[in-house]
This record gives sequence, C-alpha cells and structure tokens, in this order.
Amino acid sequence: MAFSKDHELHERRFGRNLSLAVVLIGLVGIVFGLTVVKVTTGQPLEGFDHVARPHMIPEEGN
Amino acid sequence: MTDTSINKPETGDAQFSDFFALLKPRVMSLVVFTALVGLLVAPGTIHPFLAFCGILFVAIGAGASGALNMWWDADIDRIMRRTQKRPIPAGKVTSGDALAIGLALSGFSVVLLWLATNALAAGLLAFTIFFYAVVYSMWLKRSTPQNIVIGGAAGAFPPVIGWAIVTGTVSLEAVLMFAIIFMWTPPHFWALALFMKSDYDDAGVPMLTVTHGRRTTRNHILIYTLLLAPVAVGLGLTAIAGPIYLAIAIALNAWFIKGAIEIWRRDEAQAEFDHYKTEKAFFKFSLLYLFLHFGALLVTPALAPFGFGGW
Repeated sequence: MAFSKDHELHERRFGRNLSLAVVLIGLVGIVFGLTVVKVTTGQPLEGFDHVARPHMIPEEGN
Repeated sequence: MTDTSINKPETGDAQFSDFFALLKPRVMSLVVFTALVGLLVAPGTIHPFLAFCGILFVAIGAGASGALNMWWDADIDRIMRRTQKRPIPAGKVTSGDALAIGLALSGFSVVLLWLATNALAAGLLAFTIFFYAVVYSMWLKRSTPQNIVIGGAAGAFPPVIGWAIVTGTVSLEAVLMFAIIFMWTPPHFWALALFMKSDYDDAGVPMLTVTHGRRTTRNHILIYTLLLAPVAVGLGLTAIAGPIYLAIAIALNAWFIKGAIEIWRRDEAQAEFDHYKTEKAFFKFSLLYLFLHFGALLVTPALAPFGFGGW
C-alpha cells in the first residue's frame, strides 16, 4: 500500500524543520559536552557521603 | 480535509534562513571576532570546549539583540532602502515571531553562558543585550543625534565579555579594547550617514546629518577620529600588545586621521560631484581598521618566538 503524497505544506516546511532538528541536536551535543567538561575538569566531589575530612573543615579563626 | 487556508503561503511562513537573517549575521561575525580576540589575549587558561561555547553563546546573545532590534524597528526598516529586505519588512517573518525569538534566545544565551563560564560574563552579556535592544533601539535611536555614540557601547562589549570568560574580571586592557570600538563607532556610522543620506532623512531617524547638518557631521568625524587615536595606540603599551601591534596601530591611525581630515575639508558640492568617493573609502577603511587592530592583538603571542611578542 503506497503512502499518500505529502501535503504541500509539509514539503514547504521540510527545510525549515530539518534545520531546526539539526539545531536541536547540536544543542543536545553542546549541553552534553559542557556536562562532560565540567565534571572532568572540576574539583573532586567531596562530602557526598556526609563524612567530613580534615581538610574540608575551616580552621579556627578563619 | 477541505481546509484550503493552509495551502497558500502567508506572512510568517518563513524559511530557516529568514530566521537566521533576524540575527544579523554580519554584525554577529564582528561580535564573534572581537569576543574571540578578547578571550584569546586574556591571561589565564580555559578549556577549549568552554571557550567555544562561551563565544557561541555571546554570538547567540548578539543575534538575539539583533532580532529584538528588528522587531522594534520594523516600521522604519520598511522605509529605509538599506533595510527593506530584512525579514520583517519583506513579509517573511512576523514581528511577533521576531520578538519571541529575540526574547527566547536572550534568556537562553545568558543562562547557558553563566553555566558554562561565570556570572560576570553572563551579566555583561545580559547588559549588552539590554543596552542594544532597550537603551539604543527603544530610547536613543529615535530621540537624539547622539544615538550611535552612546549606542556604540553595545557593540564594544564583546571583547570585554571574552576577557571576562577567561579571567572572571575586567581590567585595563579589556576597558581599552572596549574604548577602541566605542570611539570607532561614531566616525564609522557618520561616514555611512553622509553617503546614505536620504535613508535616515526619510525614516525620521535623528542622525547628526539630519539634525545638525552635514558640516557638523564632518567636524564630528574628525574630532572622534582624533580622540580614537590615543586610545588605539595606548593599548599598544599594555601587556597584551607588543611592537607589532604598536607599529600597526600608529600606521592605521595616521591613515584614519588623514581620511578624516579629507572628509572634514570637503563640502557637499565636492562630495556630490564624485559621488561621496572619499566618504565611501573612509567607511570601507574603517572596517579594515578595526579588523587589523584586533588581528594584531591576536597574532602578538604567535610572534613571541621571533622576538616580536608582547612587551
């Protein structure tokens, strides 16, 4: 069974929709890349286990 | 389905390129270039991907302010020959869509720049968008002949934002890069106004040529060009520049002042006789002037192995 022919409106907007898809995929890539860079270059995550290590505690007088 | 109303092309049924044109790509390219120079000459290091994202978000923010400007100025863009083909006056994009895109991209670019880099860079970008869309477009452009003098600040912020992306601060070098673009904008646009005269007259935009006359405009071009020179050469004495920049800056400013003097010495009869040849040449050179100043800053670190790096 053949698909019916695309409506003219869809043909007219195909380029625009395709470009928008590329932009959105690019956005996902950028946010993912930012996440990877931030996680790998940031300070080590500490305190996640609720255990205070000595160097995390401010010295008295500071 | 018998509804035929969706068959005919209507206003607002734009292609992607029409939406892209809303972002003023040519202005955006200048913003990208100057912001990139600010970022690359700043002391310190930044992850290349963060640098890329930072420049991208600055470009998107600049584009957003361009869309807001086109939304606000659609009425006069229809009148001026230079702007009649912009997406809104050409009937390709509705003004409502332009407003929505401008606002959405403004918020998007500022928030993502903050997340990617730091609050100062994002704050400067937000202020730049506000300054261009509200202070320049809405308040100044139609009310004072000093519109482009003050409004020029919006175009001068990108290298400062680039600097702030890396350092998280603003210092003398960044301020001087700002000052170069700020002082360069008036002679650049007034030269354009001299030979695109009917456009601004017809639209009722109070350019200096309309409100104070063309003689005064020629005087102002010379004054601002003379004030620009010490700023541009002064940057050559800072840590981010070197002998190559200084030599280029001195040569460019001497040539720019020579052009400004030629414009100042001419009257309208002479200009009309040769179809504003001198004014057009000055305008073209002004683009090269800015490009070469920032280009010289860019190549300074690369020349260090040859003994021509920074001071």
